[in-house]
Amino acid sequence: MSNLLDLLVAGLATGAIYALVAVGFTLLWQTSQTINFAQGEFVMLPAFLMLAVMHAGAPFWLAIILGILLSLLLLGLGFKLLLVDPMLRHGVLPLAIATMALAIGMKEAVKQFFSAEASPFPSIVPAGDVSILGRVVSLQSLGVLALAIAVVIGLTALLNRTSIGHQMQATAQNPTVARIIGVPVERMILLTFLINAFLVALASLLITPIYLAKFSSGEVLGQAAFIAAIVGGFNQVRGAIAGGLLIGVVDNLAAAYVSTQYRAAVPLILLIVIILFRPQGLLGRPEERTV
Amino acid sequence: MTATGKYLRIALGVAVIAALIIVPMNFNRYGLYILSQWAVMTIAAMGLNLTLGYAGQVSLAQGAFVGIGAYAAAIMTTQGMPLVAALAVAIVLCFAIGWILGYPALRVQHHYLAFVTLAFSTLAFLIFRNEDWLTKGIYGISNIPRPNVLGFATNRPLPFYYFCLGSLGIVSLAMWWLIRSPWGRAFVALRENPVRALSLGIDTRRYTLMAFAIGSALGGVAGTLYAPLTQYIDPVPFNLSLSLDLLMMVIVGGSGFFFGPFLGAMIAVLLPEWLRFTQGYYLMLYAVAVILLLIYSPTGILGILDRYLAERRTKAASALRAVAKSRLETAP
Repeated sequence: MSNLLDLLVAGLATGAIYALVAVGFTLLWQTSQTINFAQGEFVMLPAFLMLAVMHAGAPFWLAIILGILLSLLLLGLGFKLLLVDPMLRHGVLPLAIATMALAIGMKEAVKQFFSAEASPFPSIVPAGDVSILGRVVSLQSLGVLALAIAVVIGLTALLNRTSIGHQMQATAQNPTVARIIGVPVERMILLTFLINAFLVALASLLITPIYLAKFSSGEVLGQAAFIAAIVGGFNQVRGAIAGGLLIGVVDNLAAAYVSTQYRAAVPLILLIVIILFRPQGLLGRPEERTV
Repeated sequence: MTATGKYLRIALGVAVIAALIIVPMNFNRYGLYILSQWAVMTIAAMGLNLTLGYAGQVSLAQGAFVGIGAYAAAIMTTQGMPLVAALAVAIVLCFAIGWILGYPALRVQHHYLAFVTLAFSTLAFLIFRNEDWLTKGIYGISNIPRPNVLGFATNRPLPFYYFCLGSLGIVSLAMWWLIRSPWGRAFVALRENPVRALSLGIDTRRYTLMAFAIGSALGGVAGTLYAPLTQYIDPVPFNLSLSLDLLMMVIVGGSGFFFGPFLGAMIAVLLPEWLRFTQGYYLMLYAVAVILLLIYSPTGILGILDRYLAERRTKAASALRAVAKSRLETAP
């Protein structure tokens, strides 16, 4: 049983990071029909930006700030202006393919300009264990979990309690009507891209100390976030959060109880089962059936 | 289309085929390997083009089907069975798996096929990697023999290239026939307007499944050629990125165009070779080129050509109309 609790905490911590990435993913989908196949690489890149700043001699805290700012600039504004805006009118599929190409380009760029090897990355949470109710829990897991939950709560509050959040939701649900009632749709879409960039930068900051900074680390992450978004509900932010946490826990339990070889298969089977029996996702709104 | 245009096309086709046969004759081993790879990838991309371009379904598992075909060929031919038997097994297996995968996915929204195939792609990779008793896991299967075709050994690179090219020819002819058959027309009908296709009495779900299953089977065909081409296979080439690469080939070439996969595979296989002088930068340049192309023309390279031809046709037609009109006006 004690083992199970550790696994749950570790799973929730990873799951919370997946949730951050998955939330950004669903936000982009909702506001601009962008299926971002480079989302995993979006998580990979900020760690390298921060490492680059640190190599230039800056302290860690400054690297974090600059890294997040650069992410907002490149992965938020740049991504929207240079790739999504020119492609959007062509429909969902060409844009999705373009993001696949972007993923390849980003991986190669990091490999070429930085390193093909995995680099260690400092943790913002000090290493060590704390004892809670007589149980020893890794401080890192707890810190990650706490931070991710804080961000998710903040984001949910932004979306549900503020005027900007309501405008963003209106944009996501029906851009035409939103525009008619005076919502600055363009600005709201840009804002979702910036939020996504912020979320991936944060996820990068949290997950890289655990898995090291490597050019190819986005592949696994992107797929986990993708599965989390579908399992939870592609069209709901809370669905993506639930999906992320669930996938994190399932993944960790599978590694312990199924087999390390097939741990990656368990979330995929979960995905197929969900699509069979609840295609809109656990918390998603049902979409109309096909003909 | 005028008669001269038709003859011009036939002449162009004959010239390209002749060039594909004659030019590689004095290529070195590596050049022939790349060209054979192009032929194999074109077959896989043609299958995906049927699924995506003609039936309008996104499949992210074409690479997995290539893998299934490759493992079928590798396992069976190293046991001494003929490649033809492996081909039959690969086709039946991929068709059946395609059908089973597509059935639940297409019950709901169309884009769920993309999700299900994405999951399947990774599952297939895990099976290739972990089922050592069948696939020898990460060590891979080596010494895959090349077949004897009609009494000719294809061990050397040039005969094997002709074998790949011949297979590509046969698949192309079959595909040409298929998309002009009532089935092919039904595929296009359900891409263009599924509701209307249904109202015309087309069983849309069955035809969509059929397109996906046939496309998957072609992935298997490509796989059975891939294994004797490389003569060694391990799980790595058949991961998700192969499926994404194949998808890019179809889109870049021009999905829904018959010759799209030929061009797309050419760009994906040959362009990195041409860009090799840029050393580590070639994949980056490739990615940038793909993005720029898609921004300029989301329907791919053949889309550009198609647009140009359509414009010219409209201009020619309006010129003819102007002439006819002026004749009418000047007529007594």
